[in-house]
Amino acid sequence: MRIEIAGQNAFIVYFAEQTSAAVSAQIQAAVTSILATMPDSIIDLVPSYASLLVIFDLDRSDHFAVKQQLRAALTNLEAVDASAGSLITLPVYYSKESGPDLEAIAANANIDIDDVIEIHQQQEYRVYAIGFAPGFAYLGEVDERIAAPRLATPRQKVPRGAVAIADRQTAVYPAISPGGWNLIGLCPTRMFDPDKTPSMPVQVGDRIRFSAISRDQFIDQGGEL
Amino acid sequence: MSGFLVRQPGLLSLLHDRGRFGAHKLGLTTGGPLDSVAFDWANRMLTNDVNATCLEISFGGLVIEAQLDTSFVITGAEAPCKLNENLIEQWYTHDIKPGDKLEIGFASAGTRCYLAVTGGFNIDPSFGSSSTVLREKIGGLNGDKLQAGDQLPCSSKRLSAHCYLAAADRPKYSDFARLRVVPGYQQAEFSPLQQWRFFNSEYRLTERCDRMGFRLEGETVHSDMVGMLSEGICHGAIQIPADGQPIVLMNDRQTIGGYPKMGAVIPRDTATLSQLSPGSRVRFDAISIEQAHNIHCLEQARFERTSLQSC
Repeated sequence: MRIEIAGQNAFIVYFAEQTSAAVSAQIQAAVTSILATMPDSIIDLVPSYASLLVIFDLDRSDHFAVKQQLRAALTNLEAVDASAGSLITLPVYYSKESGPDLEAIAANANIDIDDVIEIHQQQEYRVYAIGFAPGFAYLGEVDERIAAPRLATPRQKVPRGAVAIADRQTAVYPAISPGGWNLIGLCPTRMFDPDKTPSMPVQVGDRIRFSAISRDQFIDQGGEL
Repeated sequence: MSGFLVRQPGLLSLLHDRGRFGAHKLGLTTGGPLDSVAFDWANRMLTNDVNATCLEISFGGLVIEAQLDTSFVITGAEAPCKLNENLIEQWYTHDIKPGDKLEIGFASAGTRCYLAVTGGFNIDPSFGSSSTVLREKIGGLNGDKLQAGDQLPCSSKRLSAHCYLAAADRPKYSDFARLRVVPGYQQAEFSPLQQWRFFNSEYRLTERCDRMGFRLEGETVHSDMVGMLSEGICHGAIQIPADGQPIVLMNDRQTIGGYPKMGAVIPRDTATLSQLSPGSRVRFDAISIEQAHNIHCLEQARFERTSLQSC
C-alpha cells in the first residue's frame, strides 16, 4: 500500500497495481475505517479500482496530521468478505434494436449473438467504482470472449439505460450522454434519480447480475425505445 | 417568493454556494465558485454565511430587476456595472429597491463576476448544495443556468452600514499567471526531461476552457505509462492525455479518470486561472506540500486581517 500526494488537500492511496475483488474489498474496508476514525477531517472519498482518493478539509486539519491518521486508519484493516455486498439484479432487453454493437461483438468472438447475451448474463459483476458521471457504475470483469475495445469514434448520443461493454468492464448509462462503449442492450432501471432516496440502486462493493427481459417487459418496466 | 427577476441571463450565470461535498460516491462532482477568492469576499462584505449562495456571472451580459429592498455587492472580474443606467463601483456594497434595474456588462479584465445579496439567494439544496452543475442538471434553478424570466428568491434585508474593499486589497486580473503545483499522482512516471519541459515552458489557454477543465497548449509532455486504472481526480489536478497537452481539472471535473497526472494546482491559483481568457499565458511552478500549506495559512490570515473600509 502506498500513500501518495494528490494535491494540496488530497492523498491518493494505492492498494495494488492491478484490481481484483479482494483489492476492491480492501478499499471498501479502508473507506469504512477512515469514515469511522477521522470523520472531522474528511471532505470526500473516491474509491476506484485499486486506489482511494482522500480529500480533507484544510481549515480543520493539515497534510501531516491527516497522513498520520490515514496510516493508523489503514493499519490492520478488518478483513472484508469480497462477496459481502448486496446482490442486485438488473433487467436487460438485449436485441439488435436495443444493442447496436451486439453483432460486431459476436462477429469478433466468432459466436452467435445469443451466446454474447448468454455470456453477459452468466456472471456476477462487482461494482468497482462509481464516477465519471452521476450514477455511472463501473462493473467488472467481463468474460474475455465478449470484451471489446472502445469505439474508435464515440457516439454523440448514447440513450439512458444503455448496457455497454468497454474492454473487460460493463456498465449501464445513467443518462443520455456521448459515449464510446459498445452497446448490447437497454436496462429500464434508473441508475440515477436525484428525486429518489437512495438516488442509486447500487453502491461500490455491490454484486450485480443481469437478467434478460423481452421487449414488452422492457416497455412495461418503464423503458423507452 | 420575491427577490430578483432575470431580464437578461447573460452568457453563463450560475447560482453557487461553496460546492457539493461528500457526494463523490454517487459520481457527483463538486461545483462551487471557480474563483473562490472573489466569492468569499462577496459574502464577507455582506456579513453573509461563508456558504451563502451567490451568482457567478461568466463573461457578463446580466440584467436583473429587484422586487424588494436589499443590499448587494459585485466582486471579481472588472465589468461595467450599472444601477438604473448609472455606473456603480464594484467591491462596494450598495442598496437596491423594488423596480431598480441592475446590469453587469461584459468583463474587460478577468472573466467571472460574483454577485452577492444580503443573506444570499434562497435556493433549495440538492445533495447538500445549491451549486449548479449543468452537466449533471443539478443545483440552482432546475439544474440550469439562468434564463430570462427566472426568479431569484432572496430576503428583504438592508445593510445598516456600507463598506468597500480598498483597491490595494483587491485581486488583480491580467493575462499571465504563475500557477503553483504540488507534484503528485503519476509525477514519477514522467521522466526528468519531461518534467523539466513542463515546469520550464509557457502554456497558452485554448478556447476549450470551461468549468470542467482548462485545456492548455504548449510544449508537449509525455509519460512512460502504458495504460492505467481509472482513479479519483482532485480539484486542480493536471491531467496529461496522449496528445501531451495539459488540462487543469476544475470544479465540474469528472470524479474519476484514467489519464496520467503531474500533480495539482493549489486552489488559490485555480482561482487565478479561472479569471484568465483564452490566449492568456501561464507557467507552472513546483512547490512542496509545506509551501502549499504555508501559502494557504498566509492567505487565510491575510483575508481575516484585511479590514473593510466604511463608506
